[in-house]
Amino acid sequence: MATLLLLGTRKATLILKREGAGFLPVRTAHLGAGVPYACQDPRSGTLWACLDHGHWGAKLQRSKNGGETWEEVAPPKYPEGEKRGDGEPAALRYLWFLAPGLPSQPQRLYAGTDPGGLFVSDDGGETWALNRGLWDHPSRPKQWFGGGRDQPGIHSVILDSRNPNRILVGISCAGVFESTDGGTSWAPRNRGCRADFLPDPAAEVGQDPHYVAACAAQPDVLWQQNHCGIYRSADGAQNWTKISQPDAPADFGFAIAADAQDPNTAWVVPAIKDETRVAVAGALCVSRTTDGGKTWQALRKGLPQAHAYDVTFRHALDVRGDLVAFGTTTGNVYFSADRGDSWACLGNNFPPVYSVRFAEG
Amino acid sequence: MPRVHVTRNLWRFFPALAEGPFDLQAASAKEMVAALDARFPGLAGYLVDDAGALRQHVNLFIDDEAVLDRKTLGDTLSAGSTVHVMQALSGG
Repeated sequence: MATLLLLGTRKATLILKREGAGFLPVRTAHLGAGVPYACQDPRSGTLWACLDHGHWGAKLQRSKNGGETWEEVAPPKYPEGEKRGDGEPAALRYLWFLAPGLPSQPQRLYAGTDPGGLFVSDDGGETWALNRGLWDHPSRPKQWFGGGRDQPGIHSVILDSRNPNRILVGISCAGVFESTDGGTSWAPRNRGCRADFLPDPAAEVGQDPHYVAACAAQPDVLWQQNHCGIYRSADGAQNWTKISQPDAPADFGFAIAADAQDPNTAWVVPAIKDETRVAVAGALCVSRTTDGGKTWQALRKGLPQAHAYDVTFRHALDVRGDLVAFGTTTGNVYFSADRGDSWACLGNNFPPVYSVRFAEG
Repeated sequence: MPRVHVTRNLWRFFPALAEGPFDLQAASAKEMVAALDARFPGLAGYLVDDAGALRQHVNLFIDDEAVLDRKTLGDTLSAGSTVHVMQALSGG
């Protein structure tokens, strides 16, 4: 049972603690800094926060005492001479995602960044190395481009507990890429996806997976909330099937969460697509499927059903057992203890929320 | 040696900056950043990006004039130069 909820927000890292039927804020860190992502390394209990100082650049901090104190560690750095696709020098612009490695690799961490570099640490975050295989992929200079951000960015990293050499990443915009040799070589895995913003919607590279998640118990079952709908793969990302149901609503959005045990259950937070980007019909809901995406059920009990303009960003929805939580661009955070059947508000006045993750503490 | 003043906004991250200003051996803005980083490890990463360009919302003044070369920090310093490292007027 998760006892903490970590929020990465536009203005701070917030730590909420389980209290009665909900969670209460107990700590505020990094006040004033944007926090694109905050999470816990379940192997060590260490908390991590990716910072985005408006003036001073992207930084990385960790806490080994539950958020009481934080220390800065050197963030990933692009090697001298590396170029972006547009020919400009490559420099870290944004730390978008941090993924702890498998238990069998206790010191390994992955960092997904803008402008498109995947960084790997094998010493618990003390030092970072750019993954050359992905950075040097021949598709990068001309087929990767910005989506959500001005430059390509890596926002999803999925590891396979059965095989430490298998790594999947989600890149906006390029798509899902897979390595089966520990990160030496990579191949796009976007068959079945359709990008309606490209001249060739079926292009192998150039898709926009907003977020990719896997069923922990059955890692060959993958889900993605894509810019152009919701997709599921039952064969380890070799083929994707569109499972949107626009009237549910379940189509456009950013976040998706997979049930850890049941390969047929996932949650999304629907929004109106493209330039509008608000809650559907002004009514906030979470949609859940329990049949692998054949049908979706809108879950609204306890959520505002009028004049809601909330959007939930890609890292701002999390599931842990029966607990579900999400945060929104308008600073609202909602929590469910019954898999989304009913919701309680944890606060309406938080800064815009970038990430929501359960933790133990 | 050029005398370097660093904005109070950075004292939060590097408390010893409060002891400034600092006289640093440097013949260019780039050398000045390196000298600051040698004294306050990690500080350069707050002022310039991975490629050495001045961050968008950081300003550097040499004798009250903004540096011209924000990409490679080639502006020269003389022994009597006064340098101000400032936070740009941006935020929110």
